[in-house]
Amino acid sequence: MKILVAISNVPDTTTKIQFTDGDTKFNNAGVTFVINPYDEWYALVRALELKEANLAEKVTLIHVGLADSEATIRKGFALGADDAVRIDAESQDAFFVAEQIGNYARTNGYDLILVGKETINYNGSSVGAMIAGVLDLPFISLATKLELAGNKATVENEIDGGTQVVECELPVVISCAKGMAEQRIPNMRGIMAARSKPLQVIPASGSTALTSIKSYTLNAGRTTCKMITEDNLDELVSLLHTEAKVI
Amino acid sequence: MSVLVYTEINKGRVKKSSLETINYAVKIAELSGSTVTAFVNNADASQLEEIGKAGASKILSVKSDVLNNDNMLISAALEQAAKAESAKVIIFAFDIVGKAVAPRLAAKLKAGLVAGAVDYPVLNGNHLEVKKNVFSGKATATYVINSDVKVISLLPNSFPVKSGENKATVSEFAPDLSSVKSRITIKETKSNQVGGMIPLPEAETVVSAGRGMKGPENWAMVEELAKALGATTACSRPVADMHWRPHHEHVGQTGVAIRPNLYIAIGISGAIQHLAGVNGSKTIVVINNDKEAPFFKSADYGVVGDAFSIIPKLTEAVKKFKANQN
Repeated sequence: MKILVAISNVPDTTTKIQFTDGDTKFNNAGVTFVINPYDEWYALVRALELKEANLAEKVTLIHVGLADSEATIRKGFALGADDAVRIDAESQDAFFVAEQIGNYARTNGYDLILVGKETINYNGSSVGAMIAGVLDLPFISLATKLELAGNKATVENEIDGGTQVVECELPVVISCAKGMAEQRIPNMRGIMAARSKPLQVIPASGSTALTSIKSYTLNAGRTTCKMITEDNLDELVSLLHTEAKVI
Repeated sequence: MSVLVYTEINKGRVKKSSLETINYAVKIAELSGSTVTAFVNNADASQLEEIGKAGASKILSVKSDVLNNDNMLISAALEQAAKAESAKVIIFAFDIVGKAVAPRLAAKLKAGLVAGAVDYPVLNGNHLEVKKNVFSGKATATYVINSDVKVISLLPNSFPVKSGENKATVSEFAPDLSSVKSRITIKETKSNQVGGMIPLPEAETVVSAGRGMKGPENWAMVEELAKALGATTACSRPVADMHWRPHHEHVGQTGVAIRPNLYIAIGISGAIQHLAGVNGSKTIVVINNDKEAPFFKSADYGVVGDAFSIIPKLTEAVKKFKANQN
C-alpha cells in the first residue's frame, strides 16, 4: 500500500495579502509559507496514521513548485512523510498541477492519492477531482473519515444536506476535510530526520495551463460599523430593512 | 453551439443554486449569441417547467437511478451531453456536487475551469474573463479562460434567480454509461437537515453563535431568533469542536463557507479563520459583550452587550416588524 499526498505551498492564514507588478502578481516578500492546512492536517496526518497502523508501507509527498517551496516539503518530512517528489515548475493553474501529479502517479503506481479539500490561496477545490479525471480513477470529495481494509477504502464524506458512507475499491483519489485527523506538531526527532529524507526533483512533463490570472484586486473590508444600543433594537431591524435591504 | 448547465433536483425541488446557474448561462448565451441547454436527472414535469421558466431553451432530461451515485458517472454523462450540444461553455454551481464533477469534466475536456465565480463574465475575443475570490475572500482575481471549451462554477448566493414565461423544449437524454466502471458503493446516507430549515450553503439569512453562549443549553434563544427571521442556524469552530452544536453547522475556513444576505454573529470574536468563511456575506451584524472584539471591524452593524438579554429583545423586535409587514 503506497499513499501519495499532494501538498501545496501557501501563505499562512494570517498573511496580509499584497500584490505587485501592477496588481498582476502575488507579493511574496516577507510572507511566511506553510503546507496548505487541509493538505497537512487532514490528508497528510491521516496518511501517517494509516502507516502507523501498518495499513500502508509508505507515504510520499508530491508538490508542484519551484525550489523555494522545499522548506515547506521538509515540514512534511518533519511530520513523518517518508519521501517526496517536487515537480520543478511554477504551478500555473489547477489543471497544470493536476496533470503533473497525474502523470507522476500513473508511472509510479499509488493505491491512494490524498489531497486537502481546497487550498487557502486559490480556493478552487479542483486539483483532486482533476487528478482523478486525468487518471480515470474514482474520486471521493470532502471525506471526514477514511478506513482501509484489504483492497477497499471505507469513507465517510459530506453530501448535500448530510453525510454518506461509501466503499470504494482502490486506487482512489480522496479530498480530505475536517474530521479526518487532527493537526500534529512535529517533534525534535522528526525535525532532525527531515534533513536527510529523500527529495527527488523531476522536470515538468509537457502539460499547459488552460487559465491565467490577469489581475488581482484587494477586497475592500467594511469601513464603518454602525453601533446600535441594546435599547434600540427596533432601529436595527428597521435599518436591516430600509438601509441594508436584507429582511 | 450552446451553453450547457448542470442542474440538480434536491428534496423535491430544483436547487436554488441551479436556478442561479441558468440565469448566469443566459447572460453568457446573450454575450456569445448561443442558447442555454440544461442537463437534469430525474426531474418531474413541474421541475422541468421551473428550469424552463428560469431561462433554459432546451432541457436534456435524464432518467437514471444510478447517475447521482458517483461523480464519475455524472461527468461521463455530461461529457456526452456537451458533445451532443456542441457546448462551448459549461456551467455548474460551486457546491458539493459541482466541486466534484466540474474539475473532472474540465480535465477530461482539457477545458479551463474557474471554480467559484462571483461576477458575470466578460467576453474578450474567444476568451472569457471571470472573477473569483482568492486568498479566502481577501482578494478577487480576474481569470482568463484560454481554452476552446470553458467550464465555470458559480459561488452560490452570488447571482439572482429569474423566472419568466419561457418554456424549454424537453428532450429525453440517455447517456451511454456502459463503459464507465463505477467502483463506489453507497453503504449508508445520513441527513443532517432540520425540518423546514434551509441548508446553510443556500440560506439567505443565517444566525450564528459562538462560545459567548456559554453552553449548548442556551441555544433555544438562538433558534428562536432564527425562526423569527426564517434563518438557518450556524456556529463557530470551538462550539462545534466542543460538540455544543453539530459539526455541519460550523462556518469558517475549516467548516462551511457561506455567503448569505444577512449574517448575524452572536458571541463570536471574529478570528481570521472564521471571517474567511463568512466575509462574503452582504450584511454582517455582530453582537458581542466585548466592544474590542475584532469582528466589529468586519461588521456593518454592531451591538455591544449581553447576548442573553439582547437576543430575546431582538427576537421581539423582529416579530413586531414581521407582524407589521403582513
